[in-house]
Amino acid sequence: MAEKMELNEVEVWDGNYAAAQALRQAQVDVVAAYPITPSTPIVENYGAFVANGYIDGEFVMVESEHAAMSGCVGAAAAGGRVATATSSQGFMLMIEVLYQASGMRLPIILNVVNRAIASPLNVRGDHGDMYAGRDSGWIQLDAFNAQEAYDLNLCAFKIGEDINVRLPVMVHQDGFLTSHTAQNVYPLSDDEAYAFIGDYKPVDEMLDFTRAVTYGAQTEEDWHYEHKAKQHRALMDSYTVIDRVFAEFKEKTGREYKRLESYLMEDAEVAIVALGSTVETALLAAKQLRESEGLKAGVVAPRVFRPFPFNEIRDALANVKAVAVLDRSCPMGAMGALFNEVSAAMYASPHRPLITNFIYGLGGRDFSLEDAKAIFREQKGHADVGYITTPLQQFSGLRGPKLGFYEMKRSK
Amino acid sequence: MKGVLATDRRGIRELGAEELVGWDEVTQGVILESFEVPMEENVAHIRPEERPYSDFSSYTATVASWRVIKPVYNRDICIDCQNCWVWCPDTSIISRDKQMLGIDYDHCKGCGVCVEVCPTNPKSLLMFSEAEEPEAALAKWPEKKKKEKK
Repeated sequence: MAEKMELNEVEVWDGNYAAAQALRQAQVDVVAAYPITPSTPIVENYGAFVANGYIDGEFVMVESEHAAMSGCVGAAAAGGRVATATSSQGFMLMIEVLYQASGMRLPIILNVVNRAIASPLNVRGDHGDMYAGRDSGWIQLDAFNAQEAYDLNLCAFKIGEDINVRLPVMVHQDGFLTSHTAQNVYPLSDDEAYAFIGDYKPVDEMLDFTRAVTYGAQTEEDWHYEHKAKQHRALMDSYTVIDRVFAEFKEKTGREYKRLESYLMEDAEVAIVALGSTVETALLAAKQLRESEGLKAGVVAPRVFRPFPFNEIRDALANVKAVAVLDRSCPMGAMGALFNEVSAAMYASPHRPLITNFIYGLGGRDFSLEDAKAIFREQKGHADVGYITTPLQQFSGLRGPKLGFYEMKRSK
Repeated sequence: MKGVLATDRRGIRELGAEELVGWDEVTQGVILESFEVPMEENVAHIRPEERPYSDFSSYTATVASWRVIKPVYNRDICIDCQNCWVWCPDTSIISRDKQMLGIDYDHCKGCGVCVEVCPTNPKSLLMFSEAEEPEAALAKWPEKKKKEKK
């Protein structure tokens, strides 16, 4: 039996340690990992918890992230509760196997501590890796601070392992800004946390020798399409379980999560849509602008990036006049991915606000309160004249001549 | 193997001949069950031809059409050393009680490894065109090579 850990009502944890504590409380059977900055402490601490008797589990050292996720797939197919962590280049090397994990419906939990992708090499936070995973068939939860990194890890096991979901789940947090910032975190006790998640219930486990199964079958044009469609359906439908788990979590802790978070949106005229730690910056900017300038600003933030909260976006932005969608990943030859998805949702709505796109914060470039305020003010300008006066895609916090792409088409 | 083990379901269907169902009926995670019933006994203790392989096991599917050349087996020369059985990458050498019975032509891909590792003189397995009849192949089997005197 694993030793219990006595936790204080309030702990001072950074995002990484908060995630590691959640993995310990979930009593993860296997972590196969190839540590990478800035996610290293998550798997390092799991290893320490195993070594010190706090987890009955196995830390598997492997030779790459491709092998790490492969080890996770094997352990999950064998019938264990499995998790790991990675960032950036490690995430990129995992990608092939991410699709294998989701296609085999293995509820692995992957902590992705978001970091920019080379070249140029960079260890700081942006959302390039998170975006690279968006078609991989995983549920993607986004934590904006250390408390949420802890909470969402507990929820991730319960969501992914639900018999009606059986999909792997990523828990994202921003590299350094969240992963290395120590904050007050209110944990559950070990018993409460484990009771919330529950025992792992294996499905089609390979260690059941009475029922031999094949994992990773090859299917060509006669079967592949149906299997992919079934998987997509499972991911699309997973929102019902996500909502239920968030409701149960609120009942237990008082902390409420929604697939789409909305802040100050009741009477908002302009809004920022963003992901990650930027949400808190934008929220503070909105509060201050409301006080100092009477600007009715609000913030909308996908807590769940996949399955994408399409309907919730339409409801949240149903009454705003101008929206700035922020993408912390360079789209390289297109509009930002979040912009495209928000725009697509609003296009199929009776109310179509003016929507612009900002690229920002690449490679950990600071996104300040003033940057957020400037974006809100610009949206107010659009709202007042009734059209978009700036390029549709702009770059916040970029040195050099002003960079922008596309104009609004106002007549034929 | 058909003709060698009468009860065997090896290669009884063409690969891809199974019934096609819609997305709502395919298995979750593309999981394929090997057997039609739970196996309470250790499968390793049951002979392959007696195992209840399911229609989604490749055991019951034939992929004979993938092969362009095939090994032919000559019982008269074979010493039952089991080298071919050990080395065959597709478990297509059928052997019972250390006695070679024949080749599983439903799963053999014609790689020729069995011929390569056969130690007899002449070899007990040789590669022939897929169209060659076994009797014709045996009729043209080479003679034993004499050792050259030094």
